[in-house]
Amino acid sequence: MLFARVIGTVVCTEKVPAWRGQRLLLVETTDPAGTPAGGRPFAAIDLVSAAPGQLVFVVRGREAAVALANPENPADAAIVGLIDDVYRESPEGAD
Amino acid sequence: MFLARVSGVVVATVKHPHLVGRKLLLVTPEPTPGRPAPVEVIAVDSVDAGVGDRVVVADEGNTAAQVLGMPRGPVRTIIVGIVDHVDGPGQDGPEPGP
Repeated sequence: MLFARVIGTVVCTEKVPAWRGQRLLLVETTDPAGTPAGGRPFAAIDLVSAAPGQLVFVVRGREAAVALANPENPADAAIVGLIDDVYRESPEGAD
Repeated sequence: MFLARVSGVVVATVKHPHLVGRKLLLVTPEPTPGRPAPVEVIAVDSVDAGVGDRVVVADEGNTAAQVLGMPRGPVRTIIVGIVDHVDGPGQDGPEPGP
């Protein structure tokens, strides 16, 4: 799963029936601190009510599609969580 | 599967129901000389790994579903082993103990 930031919303009135009622957001991948990684932005199905500006994590590939009620759909990216914090610890400090 | 180092802990209160109760770790794939630095990813932990551990990570949805004992869901990156020892070119033998 990848870190990403929501940078916009995608509105499609006409879309495949399996996506009815789903939100599509525009995201760009980032590093764990939220700095853009430089890749091309892509659209992702929003499963957690994310909002523009939020740091999220995204699953890409077939696993994005199986999260929807009807797994026979063409999604290849889905937002599956909102990042609260990332703790980088030294091994000595970990418990 | 690939080898990686656990480099941090990810906290996400709001997440897909499939991930509720799962420990999420930040893992850094081991770099390959001459290639761009690997992208750090989020992995579900299934082996009680901790920060600093060298681990084996699988990145495939069916693997994750099997290991978690759940139907397929939006999870594909999962830590499936803690490395004790790797023999081979460029490897430096056993991991330091705790």
